[in-house]
Formats: sequence, C-alpha cells, structure tokens
Amino acid sequence: MSDSKNYILGVYDDEDVLLKAVGKIRGAGIKIDEVYSPFPVHGLDEELGYKRSRLPIAAFMFGALGTTLALVMQIWMLGVDWPMIIGGKNHVALPDFVPVTFELTVLLAAFGMVGTFFVSSDLKPWKKPNLLDIRITDDKHIMAIDLSKNGAMAEDVISSTLKDSGAVEVNNKQVEE
Amino acid sequence: MAKEIFDFTAGLKKKLTIAFVVGAVLLLIGAMLPSGGHHEEGGDHGSDHVENTHGTDDHAAADSHDEGHGNALAEASGEGDAEAGHGGGWFKRFKIDFWINNVYFTGLAIIGLFFFAIQYAAQAGWSAYILRIPLAMSHWILPAGILMVITYFLFGHDIFHWTHSDLYPQLLENGQPNPHYDSIIAGKQAYFFWPLEGGSFPIFFILRMVIFFGAWYLLFRKLRSLSLAEDELGGDSYWFKMRKVSAVFLVIFAVSSSVSAWDWIMSIDTHWFSTMFGWYVFASWFVSGLAFITLVTVLLKEAGYLPQVTANHLHDLGKFVFAFSIFWTYVWFSQFLLIYYANIPEESVYFVERFLSDHYSPFFFANIVINFFLPFLVLMTRDAKRLNVFLKLVCVIVLVGHWLDFYLMMTPGTLGAEGKFGLTEVGMYMMFGSVFVFVVLSALSKFNLVPKNHPMLPEAKHHHI
Repeated sequence: MSDSKNYILGVYDDEDVLLKAVGKIRGAGIKIDEVYSPFPVHGLDEELGYKRSRLPIAAFMFGALGTTLALVMQIWMLGVDWPMIIGGKNHVALPDFVPVTFELTVLLAAFGMVGTFFVSSDLKPWKKPNLLDIRITDDKHIMAIDLSKNGAMAEDVISSTLKDSGAVEVNNKQVEE
Repeated sequence: MAKEIFDFTAGLKKKLTIAFVVGAVLLLIGAMLPSGGHHEEGGDHGSDHVENTHGTDDHAAADSHDEGHGNALAEASGEGDAEAGHGGGWFKRFKIDFWINNVYFTGLAIIGLFFFAIQYAAQAGWSAYILRIPLAMSHWILPAGILMVITYFLFGHDIFHWTHSDLYPQLLENGQPNPHYDSIIAGKQAYFFWPLEGGSFPIFFILRMVIFFGAWYLLFRKLRSLSLAEDELGGDSYWFKMRKVSAVFLVIFAVSSSVSAWDWIMSIDTHWFSTMFGWYVFASWFVSGLAFITLVTVLLKEAGYLPQVTANHLHDLGKFVFAFSIFWTYVWFSQFLLIYYANIPEESVYFVERFLSDHYSPFFFANIVINFFLPFLVLMTRDAKRLNVFLKLVCVIVLVGHWLDFYLMMTPGTLGAEGKFGLTEVGMYMMFGSVFVFVVLSALSKFNLVPKNHPMLPEAKHHHI
C-alpha cells in the first residue's frame, strides 16, 4: 500500500440531475476530482469549472509548422536543389505551391492535434483503464470525490450532500496507484 | 422586458438619409473632379479611347478586329463602340458602378432568402431567433429586380459588349466582310438573343432575368406569408409547409444563382468563360449576406433587442462568416490557379487584365488580404467569434471586401484602363447601401423580431456550443 486514494463515488442515472448536482456540490465547498459519463454531457465542463482546453493553440502551432515545412520543402526542392522549368513558370512560383502547402498545413494540424490529445490525456494502446465503476461504460454517471483533497470535510457530510443532490447510490472505493 | 418589434426610429431614418445624401454629394464631387469628366471634352479624345477599350478588352485575346480601321468603321456605322467612346468618362463609370452595386445588393437580398430556406430545409433549430433578419433582407428582391431590368435597358449597351449589333453579321450590307464580325461572340448569340437573330433584342437574356426575379419574389412572398401566419396561428403545420417551399426554392436557386452570375457578370467579358464562375459569385454573395445577417444581429442585440440571442448563437454566425470566407478563397483560388497554370491565352487574359495591370493589381491583392487573411486571422479563435467587437469588425471588412470583389469582376471588362476607384464608387456604394438598409429595416419593423410560434424555439433556447 504505497499510494492509495480513497474516493467517494456518487452514482447518477440522469444527466440533468448530474448537471445540477455538480453546481450544488461545488457550492457546498466540496472539490470534485472528476466526473465520468458514458456520453458527452453539454455544459458539464463549465459546471465543473474546467479551464478551456489549450488544444486549439497546439493545432495552430502544428498548422503553422506544416505551412513552413511545406514552403521550405518546395522552395528548396524546386528552387535550389533541382530547379526545373514547369509550364514556363519561375522556379519558385508561389501559386503552384499553395495546394501542397494547404494540404500539409491541414495534415500536420490534424495529426498534431490528435497526438497532443493522446499525450495530454495519457491515452495509449497498452493502457489499462482504471474504471472506478464499470457502469460508466453503460448508463450511469459517476462523480468521483477524492477524500484526501477534501481534508477538513467529514466523509459522512460528503455522502449526505451527494445523496441530497440526487445520487442514486453513494459508494466508497479505494484505488491503488 | 425587451421590445418584440423593431422600432425603426426617426433618428435611424435620418442617419440613413444623411448617408444617402453624403453618398450623392460624393458622387457629384467625383463627377466634377478633373479625373472624372475630362473625356467628354472633345471628339478626338473620345476616339482615342475607343482604341483604348479595344486594346484592353477581350479582343486582345482572339481577334478578328484590326484596331486601326476598326475604329474608323465604328464611327462610320454610327453603331456601337463609337457611342460608348463618346459617352465615356465619368458617366460611363456611373453606369458600371450602378450595375456593380445592383448585382451586389441583389445578392444580399437573395442570400437572405437562401439562408432562410436552408434553415428550414436542414431542420435547423439554433437559428430560430434570427430568422426574421434574412427574411427582411429579401424584401429587396423586388426593387432589385425592377432596378436590374431598368438598368439593363438604360445602360446595358455600355456594360455588355455583346449588345453591340455590329458584332454579329458576317457581311456588311454592301457585301463587304464586316470588320467588326466577332466569330466567338457570334457563336454565343443564341444564349442572349434566342429565338431572334444576334444583335437584335436579347429576349432570352431578359426572359431569364424576369423569370429568376419573378420566381425568387413569388417564393419569398410565399415563405413570408407562411412565416407570418405561423405567428398568428401557431402549430407545426406551417413549419412543414415552409420546409417544402424552401426545398423548392433551393433547387431553383441552385440553378438560377449560377446562371444569373453568367448573365450579369461573366457575360461582360464575353469571350472569356470559367466553369467555376457561378460558384465563385455565389460564394461572394453568400459570405457578404452572412456578414450582413451577423452585423444586424449584433447591432440589434446591442440596441436591446433579441435578448434571447446568446454568445452561442453569435458563435455559430461567426463560424459561418469564417468558414465561408475560406470557402470563397478556395473557389477564387481554384479558378485562378487552373487558369494561371494552364496559361491558355483566351483564359489567362482575364487575369492579365487584373493581376498584371497597374490599375487593378493593387485591388487584386487587396481583395485577397481583405477577404481571406483578415477574416481568417481575426475570427480564428473561439473568443473572437463570441465577442461583438470582433464580429462587427470582420463583418464590415467582409461587406466592403466583397463589394471590391464585384468591382474587380466587372470594371476591367467594361472600363479597362479607364477604370478608377474614387469618390464616385464610394458615393454609389453609400447611396445603394443606405437605400438597401432602409428597405430592410423598414421591413424588419413590420413583424415580430422573433417568429413567436416557431416550433424550433425551445431548441434555439437551449443551443449551446
């Protein structure tokens, strides 16, 4: 038992109840560790007070990298390394380079975004998912509250707040890390 | 409690009247400036400039014309080019500007109806609050149609080279070969003059114009009355009826918008053609229409109307403007790249007139910067699409930018090297714009700002992105 976490899990069976519950529980001063749900719930991230994802910034950077790479590649290949006359145009004829530049921009932005997402959310093929409750893959929403992060708060207060907010079950779970 | 009906106040009317008067004054100043009127001074000058228009016109490409004696004969026959030459200068600019603005604002009007119809055909719910704005825009269809027909009859001869009847007969009356005969235009005569002879009355062309405006107007009246009846009586039966009418309109619009782009714009450069032109003009119209809808929505919201419209609805409108700016660029560039790459003289002359001309190349590049780079970079982030100030900025840029796009489509083919951009153009744009906005706002003040029994209102209310 080197590292273990004690969770209180609130089980909800309706996303509208869940959305309202998140506000109530955060209003009561309880820190929610994470909410797991089988499908995207609109507005949940705002209720949980999550910061906006920085993924678009990564996408822009990867896109800009794609633009640069595409232009450098084409200018170097067709202008420096092996100049060729194509259709009587200049060696470095920018309009000709636009389609390739566009495609590489999109490609790198898309791949970069997917890659960044995998890395930042620690997704990998060999990852063993640590499900707090198997029912989040079916029809239940689970609100996980980490007891260690709510030090001063008594366990039974948290449980009763969860119940009051509409949780159909409240369970305890210890997770080995 | 916010007002449910737009109040078209006297103050607003006064502002629009002032804009109109300022436009008219600018137009008159433009006429009096030396660069405007000097062509009318003398006959010699006039004939020089016939040659000028010839050199820069489509004739440069494929040619049966010999410029030297072509001019003399044009004067002798008293038909066509000579007249265009003498009536040139500022008045000719006036005529072309009138046509440019009429085509541009016609586009805004039909895009209003197109946007409205698409919301019904696609069963869109998010847009239910703002549907009355595009509907109000389509009130311009009738005035635009009337203006279009009148303008054609008054100014058509200066706008469209194909109206010159000396281009069509192969032989003159005395049996000599006609030096003005243009085999390419003569080959296209049926498109304008069917079932009559080339050079007579363009029945087919006028018929298309009248039928398109008629169909748009009738379907607009139908959709408008259904939408207003829904306000009174409620129920979802109107929504289903409007879906059907919208689908019919969209099919008609798909064909008519393309054909009208060929008729009213592409036929100016009569020799030249592009198979992408319909799309290109549609893209330009659509993005300016979207910008106008967004701008009016934001301004109404700032004036205290439409309290139901949230940042989520504005976000979607912003995405539309952003996405269709890119779409316009895509179509514009596809047309340019193919012609540039293939470099066939008959095709590339279009871009030689624009891209390589001292006159138009600054506008040519400004066109890309204003209509692509600015909207693309300013509206890229999520926040920008949700903030009024950025939306207003981009919408104004796009509205002006696409006017410039239409200017670039029509001026080089008609005015050639004489084409200018000055007070005349600005004044005409202001005059047309203020009348258009006046018509749209007075239409908007005649019904509920929000279609109050629209079955999609709850969906619009919960719209969240």
